[in-house]
Amino acid sequence: MSIGSRRVLVGAHYGLRDWLIQRVTAVVMIVFIAMVVWSLAMAGALDYDSWSRVFAPVPMKLATVIAVLALCYHAWIGVRDIWMDYVKPAGLRLALHVGAILWLLYCLAWSVQILWSV
Amino acid sequence: MTNPNPTRPAPRSPIRNIGFGELYHYRLPLAGIVSILHRVSGLLMFLLLPVLLWLFDLSLSSERSFDRLVELSQGWVTRIVLLGLGWALLHHLCAGVRFLLLDLHLGTERLAAYRSSLAVFAVSVPLTLVLALFVFGVL
Repeated sequence: MSIGSRRVLVGAHYGLRDWLIQRVTAVVMIVFIAMVVWSLAMAGALDYDSWSRVFAPVPMKLATVIAVLALCYHAWIGVRDIWMDYVKPAGLRLALHVGAILWLLYCLAWSVQILWSV
Repeated sequence: MTNPNPTRPAPRSPIRNIGFGELYHYRLPLAGIVSILHRVSGLLMFLLLPVLLWLFDLSLSSERSFDRLVELSQGWVTRIVLLGLGWALLHHLCAGVRFLLLDLHLGTERLAAYRSSLAVFAVSVPLTLVLALFVFGVL
């Protein structure tokens, strides 16, 4: 860090990074949704066999995990912004931040368990 | 207090947040409605994420659990949750694409921004209605 007249006085400088990540993860999810819709359109009638076949190949499981990871990061930034905008007491806000992270990690781990049970 | 210099506008009141009581009378432009619904739909999906995963689990675990999901989807609570999630995703997706385009400096003119916010509803609302017909077994 430079000291003196060039010293950076404000900001933690994670704002632009988070803004960009939220947009990149959005595009990742759009591509994933298009992939699933495309596979379903190709599968024909929707029953257990055709649906489970979509998620059977390992590349599709991995793609789904990446999409869920993107979802979690995207949702974390969005929900964090909501708490920062509306929740002013520091203790409550911290509790909601921690709660949101645990909530998303729980869902991420669960989705992995679901995918590898097929 | 009188304005000491009539040729200049009176000093503005200090910036403060809008009060809850004032929200009712505040005329939010269409783009603002798209924006706040983007937030509402995002939070709704965040809160319903475990429900979605539970349904996903049922759909994939076994043929029996898949049949159980089909049976559940005839119930009113499941139907309303599915429709709510469907609307949230459709609105969030359409409004999100609009925001991505705005970030690329596409359609930032006042009229273009108004038209694109109209387009968000023009796509998301009919698709939600089609989903409703599907969820409630009409289609």
